[in-house]
Amino acid sequence: MSQRPAAGRVTSAKIVIAGGFGVGKTTLVGSVSEITPLTTEAIMTSAGVGVDDNRQVPGKMTTTVAMDFGRISIDRDLILYLFGTPGQTRFWFMWDELVRGAIGAVVMVDTRRLADCFAAIDFFEHRRLPYLIAINCFDGMQYHNAQDVRDALAISSDVPVVSCDARNRESTKNVLISLVEYVLTMRRTRAVAPA
Amino acid sequence: MTMPERDEPTGALVRPYAVTRGRTRPKLEIALEALVETTVRGRSGMMRGGQGGSEHQYIAQMCDGGRVQSLAEIAARMQLPLGVARVIVADMASDGLLAVYEPTSLEDETDAVGTELLERVLSGLRRL
Repeated sequence: MSQRPAAGRVTSAKIVIAGGFGVGKTTLVGSVSEITPLTTEAIMTSAGVGVDDNRQVPGKMTTTVAMDFGRISIDRDLILYLFGTPGQTRFWFMWDELVRGAIGAVVMVDTRRLADCFAAIDFFEHRRLPYLIAINCFDGMQYHNAQDVRDALAISSDVPVVSCDARNRESTKNVLISLVEYVLTMRRTRAVAPA
Repeated sequence: MTMPERDEPTGALVRPYAVTRGRTRPKLEIALEALVETTVRGRSGMMRGGQGGSEHQYIAQMCDGGRVQSLAEIAARMQLPLGVARVIVADMASDGLLAVYEPTSLEDETDAVGTELLERVLSGLRRL
């Protein structure tokens, strides 16, 4: 039966990797995962009709959504999963499941197509899921500086904006470290002075 | 939106759930990242050939010998839709063949257990 993790029990955590199509989500997951990224598919069945908004897929009773994910064994009893969001943001039913219980999210940004990440940012803000912005520097090029990106996205000044090379393991590691540090800092601040 | 007649063939809507005999609701809600491990009972059931069909056998084998797997991994490796894998794993868990370990909740920001988990993740990432 299902059980609550007790001390010393094996447990898991997850981080969501979001961003527009082709921004490098699976590359980022693959650069740090101990397994070749796997793909899991979810089907929105008739059970979801009326619960999820499927007006944007008229005449369709089922929709299949694929998500790529990877795995990092933090230690013997703790496994961290990285889940890439489905490419199309219209599949909100899957995003709900993805963010439930997540540590936070990495929103990957290609500065040539900044608008591609707007929907993800809106979603995480609405769900109060902590996130950071990771500018993926294709071929080592960075077309905007972090401040420009922050201004263009109109995000709060406390949201971290970092640059990364999604192909590079160390770089990806640093992005994840920045996110967890940010989440911990926010958590400690709020625990001291509840809003 | 109009629903199809009950006796109308629903095609792809039903087929993925054939292995669950059409049930789409799991006996337990299981998170995507919840970890699954074969129990002693699940292992002995596997040795005897089991009763739940090849999916049960496969899952029991995959999660045996300390190789915990998440629900997402089970679904991906078996090439089953997530919902289908969830129904099967929930059935096996309620029969005592699998143990399911739900993730630690991070919702309560004053909860020391959640904070400790984040600290472990952080130091683990730094060690990678």
